[in-house]
Amino acid sequence: MANEQILYILILVIFLGFVVISRVPTVLHTPLMSHANAISGVVIIGAIIVMGRVDPNNYVALILGLLAVIFGTLNVVGGFVVTDRMLEMFKKKK
Amino acid sequence: MSLTGCWKCSRRKNKLMGFPILILLYIIAAVTFIIGLQMMSKPASARKGNIIAGIGMLMAIFGTIFLFRDETGAGLKNYGWIFGGLLIGTVAGVVMAKKVKMTAMPEMVSLFNGLGGASAALISIIEYNQLVKDNFQIRIAATADEFLVLPVTSGTLIILFSGIILGGITFSGSMIAWGKLSGKIKDFAFKGQHLVNIALLIIAIGLSAYITADAVNASPIWFYAVLMLSLVYGILFVMPIGGADMPVVISLLNSLSGMSAACSGFLYNNKVIFTGGILVGAAGTILTVLMCKAMNRSLMNVLIGSFGGSAASGKDKGPMQHKEITMNDAAVVMSFANKVIIVPGYGLAVAQAQHACHDLEKILESKGVQVKYAIHPVAGRMPGHMNVLLAESDVSYEKLLEMEVANEEFPSTDVVLVLGANDVVNPAAKHDPSSPIYGMPILDVELAKMVIVNKRSMKPGYAGIENELFYQPKTSMLFGDAKKALNELVSEIKTV
Repeated sequence: MANEQILYILILVIFLGFVVISRVPTVLHTPLMSHANAISGVVIIGAIIVMGRVDPNNYVALILGLLAVIFGTLNVVGGFVVTDRMLEMFKKKK
Repeated sequence: MSLTGCWKCSRRKNKLMGFPILILLYIIAAVTFIIGLQMMSKPASARKGNIIAGIGMLMAIFGTIFLFRDETGAGLKNYGWIFGGLLIGTVAGVVMAKKVKMTAMPEMVSLFNGLGGASAALISIIEYNQLVKDNFQIRIAATADEFLVLPVTSGTLIILFSGIILGGITFSGSMIAWGKLSGKIKDFAFKGQHLVNIALLIIAIGLSAYITADAVNASPIWFYAVLMLSLVYGILFVMPIGGADMPVVISLLNSLSGMSAACSGFLYNNKVIFTGGILVGAAGTILTVLMCKAMNRSLMNVLIGSFGGSAASGKDKGPMQHKEITMNDAAVVMSFANKVIIVPGYGLAVAQAQHACHDLEKILESKGVQVKYAIHPVAGRMPGHMNVLLAESDVSYEKLLEMEVANEEFPSTDVVLVLGANDVVNPAAKHDPSSPIYGMPILDVELAKMVIVNKRSMKPGYAGIENELFYQPKTSMLFGDAKKALNELVSEIKTV
C-alpha cells in the first residue's frame, strides 16, 4: 500500500477512534476496554498468514506460529465473550 | 517469501465488482469494528455492538484462511496447524472468559491483552527469521502475474522492530499487571528506576536502528537483544505503578496492543489489521487521557512519579481520634434517613460485596429511603470497574451518579456510606499540597450530614496515605469485612 494511503488511513482512523470513544459514558468504560481489547486481537489474521506460509519442515517457525495463533485466538474469543458477559448484566435493566 | 499481501496479486477468480472477495470481507470487518465501538456508547445497544464486531472478526478470520493468496497466487498451507491453534485458543478462551468472576475482570482483560501483544511479537520474530534466511530479499508483485525480488526496505524493518518492541512491552507489562491485580505480585520500585527504564528503551531503539542500517551484516543476536530489552522494559515500567494508577496503566497497555497489531497490519499490507489496530490504539489513548484527567495528573506523572516511593509524604498531624459506630446505630441512622449515597471502592470488589450492597439498597428503599451510588472515575482497578460490579448485582445503572452530579447531591444527603473507598474521598487531595494525591478531584462526602466509613481496620489504604476524613466529627467508622458488615446491617435494618 502506498505511503500516502497509509497516512490517510492512519489520520482518519485516529480521529474516528477519538470521536467514537469520547461519546462512551463512564458506566461502560470497562466493557469498552475489553471490547477494544478483543478488536486488537485482529492481529490473529497476521498470525494465520504467517502460519500458513512457513515451510512445513521448519518446526521452530511452526511452533512459534502456532503460539501466535493460539494467543491471538485467546485474545479475540476471550475478549468478545468476556465483554458479552459484562454487557449482559447491563441489559437486564431497562 | 514476501511481506506484501495479496492486494496486487488479484487473480480473475474470487472477485466481485472487480474486488477480490477477501478485500470486501476485510472492508466489512473494519466497518463492523467501527459500528461495534459506536454502539458501545449506550448500554442498550452495547451488547449488540459487541456481537456485530465479533461477527466481522469471524468473517475476516475465515476469509483469510480460505481466500488468502500470496504474490505468487498460492494459498495458505499448514491448515492442520492453523485449525489446531484456533481450536485450542477458542476452547481455552471460552472457558476462561466464562469461568472468571466479575471481581476478577481487570486481571482477565489484562491477560488477554498481553496475549494479543505476544501474538504480534511472535509474528515479528518469525518474519525476521524468514528475512535472515532469504538474505533480506523480498518479493514484490509488479503486475498481476509477475513479481520482483528486491532488498527489504528500511521502512519494513522499522515497522518490524516497532512490532517487536510494542508487542514485547504489551506482553510483559500486561503479565505484570495481571499478577499485580490478582495479588500475586507486589509493587516494586528502586531508586532511579525510571532512568533505567528510559535507558532500556533508548538502547532498544538504538539497536533497532543499528540493525536497520545494515540488516544483512548485523548479527541476529541483536534482534533478540531488542526483544529482551522490550520485555524487561515492560516489567520495570508496570512494577512500581499501583493502586489508583492501575486503571491508567491498563488502558495504556490496551492502546499499546492496538499499536503493535497495527504494525503487523502494516507489515502484511493488510488494511483490516491496520485499521483495527489503529482504532484500538486511538481508543486506548483517549481512555488513558480521560483517566489521567479524572485524577488531575499528567500521564508522565503517573508513569514516573509512581505512588510507591513518595507515598509516606503525607504530613504527620500527631495522634488523632476516630469514633466508631455500632451496627445497630448505623442501621437506625440509615433507616430514618431521606437520602443515602453509597460510595463504593476497591474494598467492595475485594470483599465481593456487590450483592450484599444491592440487598442494602433494596431494604432501605422498601423503607422509603432514597438510595444512590456515587462513582469516582478511578474507583477500583480499571476504568468503570465499580459500574460492572454493581451491574452484576442488578443495581440499575440509572442509580449510579458520576462524580460531578454526586458532588451536587451530597449537601442534600443525610448519610454517606463509604464502602472500601479511600483515596477518592480523601480531602487532602484538595488542600494538602504535600499529599501524593493533591489535585485529584474527589467525592466531597464531607458535605453530607453524616459519613459512615466501612473499612477493615484503621490501616491506610493502598497508596499508604492517611485519610483525615476518618477523624472528622461527622465521620463514624464501621469496622469489618464489607460483605459481612453489609449483611449484618441488612438484618439489623429489618428489625428497626
